[in-house]
Amino acid sequence: MTGGLEARIAVARGGFALDAEFSAPPGTTAVLGPNGAGKSTLVAALAGLEPLDAGRVSVGGRVWEDVGAGVRLRPGERRIGVAFQDARLFPALSALDNAAYGPRARGMPRAQARGSARAWLEKLDAQHLSDRRPAALSGGEAQRVALARALAAEPDVLLLDEPLSAQDVAARSAARRALAATLGDFTGVALLVTHDPIEALTLARRVVVLEAGRVVQAGDADALRRRPASPWVAELAGVNLLRGRLVPAGRETILESGGLRLAVLPGDLPVGTEAEAIVPPRGIVLSTDRPRSSARNVIPGRVSAIDLRGDRVRVTLDTRPPLTAEITAESLAEMALAEGTPIHAVIKVTEIEVFPG
Amino acid sequence: MRTPRLLVGLAVVAAAFFALPLIGLVAEAPWGEAGSALLSPQVTRAAGLSLVAATAAVGLGLALGFPLAWVLARTRFPGRRWVRGLVLVPMVLPPVVAGVGLLTAFGRRGLLGGSLEAVGVTIPFTTAAVVLAATFVSAPFLVVTLEAGLAGLDRGLEEAAATLGASDGRILATVVLPGLRPSLAAGIALAWTRALGEFGATITFAGNLRGRTQTLPLAVYELLQTDAGVAVALSVVLLVVSLLAVVAVRGGLFGEPS
Repeated sequence: MTGGLEARIAVARGGFALDAEFSAPPGTTAVLGPNGAGKSTLVAALAGLEPLDAGRVSVGGRVWEDVGAGVRLRPGERRIGVAFQDARLFPALSALDNAAYGPRARGMPRAQARGSARAWLEKLDAQHLSDRRPAALSGGEAQRVALARALAAEPDVLLLDEPLSAQDVAARSAARRALAATLGDFTGVALLVTHDPIEALTLARRVVVLEAGRVVQAGDADALRRRPASPWVAELAGVNLLRGRLVPAGRETILESGGLRLAVLPGDLPVGTEAEAIVPPRGIVLSTDRPRSSARNVIPGRVSAIDLRGDRVRVTLDTRPPLTAEITAESLAEMALAEGTPIHAVIKVTEIEVFPG
Repeated sequence: MRTPRLLVGLAVVAAAFFALPLIGLVAEAPWGEAGSALLSPQVTRAAGLSLVAATAAVGLGLALGFPLAWVLARTRFPGRRWVRGLVLVPMVLPPVVAGVGLLTAFGRRGLLGGSLEAVGVTIPFTTAAVVLAATFVSAPFLVVTLEAGLAGLDRGLEEAAATLGASDGRILATVVLPGLRPSLAAGIALAWTRALGEFGATITFAGNLRGRTQTLPLAVYELLQTDAGVAVALSVVLLVVSLLAVVAVRGGLFGEPS
C-alpha cells in the first residue's frame, strides 16, 4: 500500500501552458479532459519524460520532482507504470518478453521475470498472445500487453493513457470489465487519463477535470454532477448514471436502481449482479400523456428542475434517483413545462448502456 | 505523359554504358590460366590484407561514426550543419586528394607527424596507413546511414523502456540497436565495399608495398602493367564482391530494403 499522489505540474511548451494541481489517493482517479487539454503533457511530466518548469510531485511522501528544491528522479527511479495509448511495445520482443521487461531491467533473473510476466498476461486474459511479436497484435491486444508490462513492473503509480481507445466497439465492454477488475486489485494510485466521460465515471471513483491546461474541477462523480464548474463538465456530468442490480422479469432483464426499474440489454452480464447504466439526456423523450410506443421504459414523475442552456433545456424529474432529459426550448414552451408538472420519461432500451457495477 | 521512343532508346544506351565494362571484364578474363595466377602469393597476400584492412576500417569507422551520428541526429549545437558537411566531404573528394590530406596530417612532416614520431609511431607507408585511408573514405557511409537510422527511431520506445527502469546501456542494447539493425547492415555493407575498393588515398598515403600496403585494387593496378589477364580476372573477383554487397543492401537481405 502506497500513499497518495500530490502533484502540481507546470510545463510550458510552444504556446501551450499546462499548470495542473491535483491529488490522487490510492485507488483509481480519472483525469478527464477534451482533446488538447494537456493530458499527454501531464502523462509525460508525471513519468519524468518531460521536466517540470515549476511544481512538485510526490507519492506517499516520497518526492519525485521538486523544481524549487532541484530534485528530479529519472523515470526509472519513480516506480511508475505507464500504459501508453500507442502501447509502445518493443517490436523485437515477444509479448511475454515485453511484459517481462520491467522486472528484467530491475535485475530479476530471466526465468523469474518471465514467470511474473506470464502471470500478468494471464490475469489480463492475454496469455494466448505470449509468443506473438507486437506486429502480430491488434491495437486492443497491444494495449492489453502494454498494461501487463506496466503492472509487471510493480509500480506505485499506474498511469493509463486512454487504455481502451484501441479496443473495437464489440470488445470494449469486455475490455472495460477486465480493466475494472484489474484496477480493483491494484493497491497503488491508478490514474486513468481519458477524454471519455463514461470511461471516467464507470472506472474511477474520483475525477479530475482538465481543460485548457488547468484543473477546473476535482471530486467524486456525484459532486461533479451537482455543481459542474464549466460547460464541458456540465455536458458530461448531465449523463444519467444509475447504479443497481440486474433482476429477471419474464424474458427481460430489469435494472433496479433505487425506485427505478429500467428494462435493459445486459449483454453478457449475468442476472443478479451489480451493474451501472448510463442514459444520455438526449436519449430520454418527455411526454405529458402516457404514451403508447415501442419504448419499453415509460417512467412517470414530476418536473423538479428546469435548466435553460440557450436553445436547449435540461429537465430533471423527481424520480429516485433523478433522471435528466435534454429537450429543445420549443418543446419546453409547447408542453408548458414548469416545476411540478406531471410527466413521463420515455427511454428506449437501446439508449441505455450497461456496465458491470 | 507517354514514354517517348527517344527516351527508351537513350535508356538502352545508358544501360549498355553501365553493362559493357562489366561484360568486358567477364568476357576478357583468361579463366583457364588465371585460376592458378589468382592463387599466387602476391594476390593471396593482397587479398588477405584487403579483407583485414576493410574489416578494420569498418570497425574503426563504427567506433568513430556511431558517436558522431548520434550527436548529429540527437543534439542541437551551433555549426551542426557544418560538421555534417565536413563528414560528407570524403565522399566527394578525389581519393588522391584524401591521400595527400592524410599525409599532411599524419605524415612525418604533417601536423601530427612530429608528435607521433616522438612517441615512436610512424603511420605513412604502413598497414596502419592502409586502414586509416580506408576508414577516411568509408566512414562517411556509416555516419550517413546511422544518422538517418537514429533520426527514424521511435523515441517513444526508449521512453517506455526508461519508465520501466532500464539503464541507458540496457535501452541501447534492447531498443536502440535492434531498431538500428537495417541501417547498421546497410551502412556496414556500403562502407566495407567502399573500403575494399579504395585505391587513390591508399597509394598516396600508404604506398604500394607488396605484403605491407598492397591491397587488391593496388595489385590489379600493378598486374595490369605486367600480367593483364590476371588483372582482369582479379577485377572480376572484386566486381562480384561489390555486386553481392549492393544486392545485400538493395535486395533487403538484412531486412527492409534501404
